[in-house]
Amino acid sequence: MTTANDALHAPSHDHAHEEHHVSFVQRWFYATNHKDIGTLYLWFAFSMFITGGIMALCIRAELFQPGLQFWQPDFFNQLTTLHGVIMVFGAIMPAFTGLANWMLPLMIGAPDMAFARMNNWSFWLLPPAAALLMISFFVPGGAAAGGWTLYPPLSIQAGMGMDLAIFAIHLLGLSSIMGSINIVTTVLNIRAPGMTMLKMPLFGWTMLITAYLLIAVAPVLAGAVTMLLTDRHFDTHFFKAVGGGDPVLFQHIFWFFGHPEVYIMALPAFGIVSQIIPTFARKPLFGYVSMVYATCSIAILSFMVWGHHMFAVGMPASTQLFFMFLTMLIAVPTGVKVFNWIATMWQGSMTFETPMLFSIGFVCLFTVGGFSGLILAIAPVDTQMQDTYYVVAHFHYVLVAGALFSLFGATYYWLPKWTGYMYHEGRGQFHFWWSMIWFNVTFFPMHFLGLAGMPRRIPDYNMQFTDFNAMATVGAFCFGLGQIFFLFNVIHTIRGGVGKAPASPWEGANTLEWEVASPAPHHTWETPPSLEIVEKGLKAQGLLGDHHE
Amino acid sequence: MRRLALALMLPAIAKAGEMNFPPAQSAIAHEITNLHTLLMWVILVIFLLVFGVMFYAILKHRKSLGHAAKPFHENTTVEILWTVIPALILIAMAWPAARVVIAQKDTRDSEITIKATGYQWFWGYKYLDHGVDFKSRLTTNRNQIEEYKGKGSPKGEHYLLEVDEPLVVPVGKKIRILTTSNDVIHSWAMPAFGVKQDAIPGFIRDTWFKAENTGTFRGQCSELCGKDHGFMPVVVKVVTDKEFQDWVGKKQAEAKAASDDPNKKWTKDELIARGRSVYEGNCFACHKADGKGSGPYPSLVGSKIVLGPIADHLGMVLKGKNAMPAWSALSDTEIAAVVTYERNSFGNTVGDALFPADVKAARK
Ligand code: HEM
Ligand SMILES: [Cu+2]
Repeated sequence: MTTANDALHAPSHDHAHEEHHVSFVQRWFYATNHKDIGTLYLWFAFSMFITGGIMALCIRAELFQPGLQFWQPDFFNQLTTLHGVIMVFGAIMPAFTGLANWMLPLMIGAPDMAFARMNNWSFWLLPPAAALLMISFFVPGGAAAGGWTLYPPLSIQAGMGMDLAIFAIHLLGLSSIMGSINIVTTVLNIRAPGMTMLKMPLFGWTMLITAYLLIAVAPVLAGAVTMLLTDRHFDTHFFKAVGGGDPVLFQHIFWFFGHPEVYIMALPAFGIVSQIIPTFARKPLFGYVSMVYATCSIAILSFMVWGHHMFAVGMPASTQLFFMFLTMLIAVPTGVKVFNWIATMWQGSMTFETPMLFSIGFVCLFTVGGFSGLILAIAPVDTQMQDTYYVVAHFHYVLVAGALFSLFGATYYWLPKWTGYMYHEGRGQFHFWWSMIWFNVTFFPMHFLGLAGMPRRIPDYNMQFTDFNAMATVGAFCFGLGQIFFLFNVIHTIRGGVGKAPASPWEGANTLEWEVASPAPHHTWETPPSLEIVEKGLKAQGLLGDHHE
Repeated sequence: MRRLALALMLPAIAKAGEMNFPPAQSAIAHEITNLHTLLMWVILVIFLLVFGVMFYAILKHRKSLGHAAKPFHENTTVEILWTVIPALILIAMAWPAARVVIAQKDTRDSEITIKATGYQWFWGYKYLDHGVDFKSRLTTNRNQIEEYKGKGSPKGEHYLLEVDEPLVVPVGKKIRILTTSNDVIHSWAMPAFGVKQDAIPGFIRDTWFKAENTGTFRGQCSELCGKDHGFMPVVVKVVTDKEFQDWVGKKQAEAKAASDDPNKKWTKDELIARGRSVYEGNCFACHKADGKGSGPYPSLVGSKIVLGPIADHLGMVLKGKNAMPAWSALSDTEIAAVVTYERNSFGNTVGDALFPADVKAARK
């Protein structure tokens, strides 16, 4: 590789020696290095993904055919609730934070995250939160069973499992806020010389905006669940109608958090595929600046559309129209993003390694999720769909085929950088096709179930819904199986994969992380990358020279 | 060959009915269905165009075919176009949708008003213009539902969608449904009429429909409301005007017969038996079936009020206190019965009884 690169390796060898002296406990429990913390986050997220996934399979097993075969209805509700909470707060969000930790400093030429000790703190809040959630299954009354939305008065009636869930949410929220502060400070303050904001990789932009969203809404959720807690135990009546409270107020507060939250799980995915697609199309990202603007407008609009989750609570026609129009409007910037990705592929010189496959899969399926979202935005049509399986289909298209697929893509993309070894391409592609097929078998039929009127969150159903449910269950089990294969792939790569990876295994990759060795040494960019390296990358990304700001 | 193809197609055709909304039975439901169909066409066209371009690129612009990358990455004209055109399409979609929203929300000039109250876990209906009032519960037998360990009996056609007393309404009349709830949020949903309205404790919301045909239509509670959320169907029977009048007449006569004769002389045991049903209809949501209460709702077992002077017990029920509502809307007999029941159940053995006349006196 380049001479600049060799210069970089020299000091890092010393550090490699130092590493040998730190004990396992010191390295992982007191971790302050962004790469170690990133790794911790990613493993934590994966274990939560498996935990939440097992719950999903328990749900699907019960729904395989009509009648109750496995669970009592109350336990079924606990499963759906914790599946949702764990997937959202335990799997997807920490996985993105982990990626940001690992990759942001490398990509923007920073030596570490801005607040290394706080970074350790924000990670170590997660395991206790997860433990609280798991323990809650064993307390009297069982785990929270009011759905991940925790609507009162149902959640006020519940047993102490709800209190544990509330505390867990407090911890998770704290962790997210700290993680976000770290990301914002890092991105704003320690970029390499020559890398202005509008020359930063798009992943940096989307993580930055996501972090702002989180800082804005995590306290809102914390407030809402704290009010729930005092309603439950200290006789306040925020949400209790018997004391003059308003149960709908909770929904407004919850969704003021909850709608931006769904973008917190989507924007980083946008960033990831905006890195991967140009790499494998061997072309600069099309419309970089409009990508940034689109991301910002999505973020801003996401604060103004929460009411579309509440079309059935009974709001005046004018309010419904307001939320309907604004929600539809989000389709414009989202469309711009999709068009830009396609224009990036257009006239490219494409290859289809696993990360690219997951990214193309993402574009296709996220668009399907976007279309069903548009249908749900139309308030009168939503009358038929709200709280049916159509909604379940819709959000799994954006969360599984969106967030999760982008994470798979990211893993394959950066795995050589993390481990120093190449993954087995054939196995990666098998994982993609397997997931792609069974994902659709699982979730596509749910659109039909929803159209035909099957409510969500029910443990049993009329026979008319049998066939599609059986199909979805078969799909889910196969999909789940495929994720064991993914784990196997990753472990295989860690243990040597199919051979050593070069610093830049991808022909079309031009961002800074590919300038350091693979595996990325424990300490990188202790001296910021030279202007020369930065500008070389920017030119290749089309961000310098003919690029107007 | 054709036979085989047909055999494969038939289930798909039979399924077609399950792949869209249930057949529309009201003007609003028709409008919603049309709106949805229109949207699907628009989406389909966009989908084909956009993905056509993408798959063309994927097929033709690959490295393995020797295609070299053209490193363009900006074009202001197309970027403006693909912002403006979708915006215009959206406006074209928003317009017809807005019309339906306004029609759907217009509950004025209704001919019959019915209050639907959500309970854990059944629906209560009150015909405000006719003084008819009943509860509508799932009739599917638990044996059919619970199949643990291979047990369970065969399921009927309307498994989980059948009730003891459906809502009965006349065809072609504008029916206004007021929704509210006794405990948690439920949602009154009837897809055939394009109706879904949350039932929220402490609040009254409204919605409406006008059924176009007679028949029986089925929906389900659509807001998670606790363990039996899956077991509270909504069933509406649409009948002719004449049948409706007959039905109302019959229900009114039944109500009269069932109401308590003010001159009846009650015994303690009769009061306890009657009190039990009053309790289960009203009090158990908070104090629970076993009287032990939950959370902020105090236990009645060994309670100071229940074991204390009967007049204080009566006062609590009549006037309420803090989270306890005043139950003065119950009849004298009902109050007498429930007080007597509480003092002599759940392990309480006060042994006295309250009579309707005492309640009447206390009200003054
Ligand atoms: C991977 C396979 C997955 C399967 C088979 C699956 C399946 C399910 C099922 C059957 C439900 C219950 C639907 C209902 O009754 O309302 C559900 C709910 C949910 N799922 Fe998943 N899911 C999967 C992955 C995910 C992922 C990755 C997320 C990411 C955030 C997620 C988020 C949710 C949420 C938020 C709910 C709603 C929970 C609630 O109703 O409170 N799921 N899922
Ligand atoms: Cu309900």
